[in-house]
Amino acid sequence: MTSSPARARRVTPIPIGILAAIAVALLGIPLIGLVLRTPWSRLPDILTSPVATEALRLSLLCSVAATAVAIVLGIPLAWVLARAKVPGVPVVRALVTLPLVLPPVVGGVALLIAFGRRGLVGQYLYDWFGVQLPFSTAGVIIAEAFVAMPFLVITVEGALRSADPRFEEAAATLGASRWHILRRVTLPLIAPAIVAGAVLAWARALGEFGATITFAGNLPGVTQTMPLAVYAALDTDREVAFALSMILLAVSLAVLIALRDRYLRRGAS
Amino acid sequence: MTIRLGPVGRPSRAGRALPLTLALGLLCAVAGCTSSPPNSTITVGAAASLTDVFSDIAEAFTAAHPDTTVTFTFAGSSTIAEQVRQGAPIDAFASAGTAPMSPLVGEGLVNGVVDFATNSLQIATPKNNPARIQSLADLPNATYVVCQLEVPCGAAASELFARNSVPLAPSSYESDVRAVLTKVIADEVDAGLVYVTDVLSAGGVVTGVDIPAEDNITTTYQAAVVRDTGASEAATLFVEFLTTDEAQAILAAAGFGAP
Repeated sequence: MTSSPARARRVTPIPIGILAAIAVALLGIPLIGLVLRTPWSRLPDILTSPVATEALRLSLLCSVAATAVAIVLGIPLAWVLARAKVPGVPVVRALVTLPLVLPPVVGGVALLIAFGRRGLVGQYLYDWFGVQLPFSTAGVIIAEAFVAMPFLVITVEGALRSADPRFEEAAATLGASRWHILRRVTLPLIAPAIVAGAVLAWARALGEFGATITFAGNLPGVTQTMPLAVYAALDTDREVAFALSMILLAVSLAVLIALRDRYLRRGAS
Repeated sequence: MTIRLGPVGRPSRAGRALPLTLALGLLCAVAGCTSSPPNSTITVGAAASLTDVFSDIAEAFTAAHPDTTVTFTFAGSSTIAEQVRQGAPIDAFASAGTAPMSPLVGEGLVNGVVDFATNSLQIATPKNNPARIQSLADLPNATYVVCQLEVPCGAAASELFARNSVPLAPSSYESDVRAVLTKVIADEVDAGLVYVTDVLSAGGVVTGVDIPAEDNITTTYQAAVVRDTGASEAATLFVEFLTTDEAQAILAAAGFGAP
């Protein structure tokens, strides 16, 4: 008996097709609604209003800073997770990837417990240096780095694991120092993953809401980033909320297009 | 590899339709599109400052009307007003302040509006008032938070500061009065502007600093039945219940003033 696996794969059973169509509608209709409801004629006015420009400025500043933190701390962490031969690495890996699945509000509460002015670490920052992270722009950056860094760490760790070790071995046999190998061989090898991880982390930081409003509060010009401004605007001028949402949607779309080779390619690994 | 197609392997017609039936069933379970007996359950959208007292009121109401179950959704009043406008399944709306309610009345989205309580503002400080806040005038030199200006407690706070000629410069505009209280309880701020009733409901974990009555702002609480409700009878009963002696006694015990 000969059956054609290729043909069997091409035919989509009707129930699967229907459920898939429902899934597309669930994901697509809200986005279409947002596009339809965006007050395009008011858009220039809204986007140049103080609330929007402040929120945009703050969002860009904080998300870029959080991405920088994620790069500076996340690449060494990824290296340790991929290469270090020390016990407990799986536990550390689980710990650092937890923010990926943790509800952001819980992350915000945890940050408050850690870095609030009565927090585990925060009380010393406050008592000794008078530093209060909640309600400050630094607090926003920390909250965003907390939720965004795992994206970079996981992406870079994967690249370090799959990188061909023979390049580094060849460099070593040619007498290159370990530092030289890291800078001239390893980092260039994983550069695409660093870029992809950084873009993902940046997009996640830009969209951060729960941890930010819980940990850093909501003050225009200081901690009110775009998502918080959207939430606040819903109560006053919904068209402003729609317009700001549209900007975030456009940015997300741009990120997706920038990373299309990584995620949109058919059967991409 | 070959696939055997026979009576065992071939899914029945009913079996093929199962995923769809399941999906629709799930959708109905979540969205509530089955026809339940009328007036059995009502959802009341209520101001965050009513969180504690409404649980007690629901208990008393259910005791008086055993066939009706009351569920709540608590948020900033303006958020709930927006949800009502968007057609959320809310049968009755209890608002802190008249500002979120009035537009809904104007748009004909609610009816049967009643005033059922009043509330005024108080400065909440962490337990034993570590920053020694005595009055509104001490706040500019302290770390404090208020509600965002879009919700009634924020609007009242803004009016309060203006009336007392104190510049309003909080560390954060929190989304509702409960969020303000949370920041105070966590001792992340020296003070927060909340309602008198919030300090009372927090028990001993926060210390209230009174604002003299002549300087204070009074917020009137209103309730109304949402027009497009499928349970208008039960919703009307609930709204009317709020002005009964029984409900008024519960409100008074929680620190609310008479309407």
